[in-house]
Amino acid sequence: MYIKMRKNRMNKITGAENTQPQNCSNKTWTKSFALAVICVIMLGVVSLFTGVYDIKVQEDGLQMFFITRVPRTAALMLTGAAMSMAGLVTQLITQNRMVEPTTTGTIEWAGLGLVFVYLAIPAPTLMQRMAGAILFSFIGTMIFFLFLRKVKLRSSLIVPIIGMMLGAVISSISTFIGLRFQMTQNIQTWFVGSFAPVQIGRYEYLWLIVIINIIIFFYADRLTLAGLGEDVATSLGVNYNKIVILGTGLISAAVGIVAAVIGNLPFLGLIVPNIVSMYRGDDLKSNLPWVCVLGMGAITLCDIISRTFIMPFEVPVSLILGTVGAVIFIVILLKQRKL
Amino acid sequence: MSEIIYNNKNTGMNPGVDNRKRSAKAFRSRKEETRYWILLITLFVLGSLATYGLLVYNNPVPMGSPSFVPIVKRRLTAIIAMIIAAVCQSLATVAFQSSTNNRILTPSLLGFEALYSTIHTSAMFFFGAGVFIKFRGVGPFLFQVAIMVIMCLILYGWLLSGKYGNLQLMLLVGIIIGTGLKSVSSFMRKLLAPSEFDVLQARLFGSVNNADAEYFPVAIPIVIVTAILLLAYSKKLNVLSLGKGTSTSLGVHHKSGVIYTLVLVSVLMSISTSLVGPLTFFGFLVATMTYQAVPTYDHRYVFPMALAIGFLVLAGSYFFMYHVFRAQGVVSIIIELFGGITFLVVMLRKGTL
Repeated sequence: MYIKMRKNRMNKITGAENTQPQNCSNKTWTKSFALAVICVIMLGVVSLFTGVYDIKVQEDGLQMFFITRVPRTAALMLTGAAMSMAGLVTQLITQNRMVEPTTTGTIEWAGLGLVFVYLAIPAPTLMQRMAGAILFSFIGTMIFFLFLRKVKLRSSLIVPIIGMMLGAVISSISTFIGLRFQMTQNIQTWFVGSFAPVQIGRYEYLWLIVIINIIIFFYADRLTLAGLGEDVATSLGVNYNKIVILGTGLISAAVGIVAAVIGNLPFLGLIVPNIVSMYRGDDLKSNLPWVCVLGMGAITLCDIISRTFIMPFEVPVSLILGTVGAVIFIVILLKQRKL
Repeated sequence: MSEIIYNNKNTGMNPGVDNRKRSAKAFRSRKEETRYWILLITLFVLGSLATYGLLVYNNPVPMGSPSFVPIVKRRLTAIIAMIIAAVCQSLATVAFQSSTNNRILTPSLLGFEALYSTIHTSAMFFFGAGVFIKFRGVGPFLFQVAIMVIMCLILYGWLLSGKYGNLQLMLLVGIIIGTGLKSVSSFMRKLLAPSEFDVLQARLFGSVNNADAEYFPVAIPIVIVTAILLLAYSKKLNVLSLGKGTSTSLGVHHKSGVIYTLVLVSVLMSISTSLVGPLTFFGFLVATMTYQAVPTYDHRYVFPMALAIGFLVLAGSYFFMYHVFRAQGVVSIIIELFGGITFLVVMLRKGTL
């Protein structure tokens, strides 16, 4: 079944190359992509005008618009892109489709990092929290990758299972420290990611994601080669270890920033890249824009639902992501089996 | 059947041994067997010592005074809950690991805890606090155990047969369903009124000390029956633990055997979860220690040792944490922490998965 899929992909890719041999990245800008971009822009506009406070009637409406609505929508777009790209790069490096920051324990490591920062510094700034989260998620992801290289696996499905058990161990350590030093509440609020507190002055670090995205874009071809495995990558002239470390650094930077500013957003990095590569194959460079746009669209849609569901109040977006994401994840899993 | 296998193993190990010295028993030598029994008895004695300690040590009133008995009675509830938890978790984990042919994964991964909190949250969410408060006692307890077992049966039956037919796929789907259910139930909890939430929260917080003695008359017989069924099944389990190919060629219907075991496992797990709350790594810790302590693969010997170790771990750590370190409330977390660390160590030392 996998051979069949791969053949399809090969056909797709070679077919595209036949029509446009000189400029590969051009094929991203098809009609459907333009349509997707328009849809996401429309979702963004809807998100700008969703909320309890009526910005059209109140006199300080315009001010409010720029204080909360614009930052929130920008934050949504940035985190959507960050999480789905982190998922994509993780999947490439591990050569496993079922892996993403929630199923490798990266998010739990970021949480542990936050706990340690709260322990070491009484009232940490956002910058310090972010640094802790990034550092720990880097360590954790590296441990997971090293483990994957050391251990022989009989089935690719075992990887996410091990990752989630690893995550459970890490989060039990965080809970233990949290209970010992009375920080459980911090951990619990952190673990439900929500965009409600986003406003001017509280989200600006998310713009760092743009830089990460540019770097990923720049290294896209080399990351794709690394995704072919150590031997192939080395024989094609890529320093495999360097690329893996770079990729891990990028993933943990993205996850760490999102973890410190927003919180835990499950399954986003798994669903979006899987859906994209189901239709488009595995070329990272031409898929990246798609993954970005779909990630933005998915999280914006979820956030709009979370804001309108119980209107004067709102539900944390991670709960909606977790519910919907679990269902889609299972569908993807079973569909892959059926092929 | 199992005897044949162990016999073969024996000949493989000592090719020079003549026929008279060959044994068809579960143990390789008499010495190992004696060591097993000594260890088992020691563990049981230590376990009963810890029980005795938990019951009477540091009792504020002297023995013989009229208020002595109620205090012991109150502590006895916790002990019974510990016994039930130990039986459920250790037997379920060992049986699960054997029937799924691995020593890393545990049945607590399959989302029992999430299902438990979802059942209670939806009872509150859809029917309100009035019905929810009445949603206790024997009937609802059985109802919720039944729902958990039925869900597992559907999951196993669906994913282990037909075109999917894959154990790892089933596990992964189970975990994902657990994560999804956790989101659903915390989503519903967000929509509850604060007063309703408080009532619910009190119910969801299960622990050994919080166990409801009201359920014992129902839970204990079910646990005993299931445990006996599992013990009676140990010879088949010996074969099942060899994997699908080997067990089929030895004449055991692999799929139905696995489903039968998993149903028993889910009964044990759901009772343990609804009585004392979630324990993720406790079962793993016990099973791993058991494999170290028992020099055989025969489940007739593995199960009793798992029971003894499971109870000793629970009772011992409660005794030490309560009366030696005076750190109440963190016991289960410490057990979980140790279990988690053991998990990491075992995983890294093992070459393949």
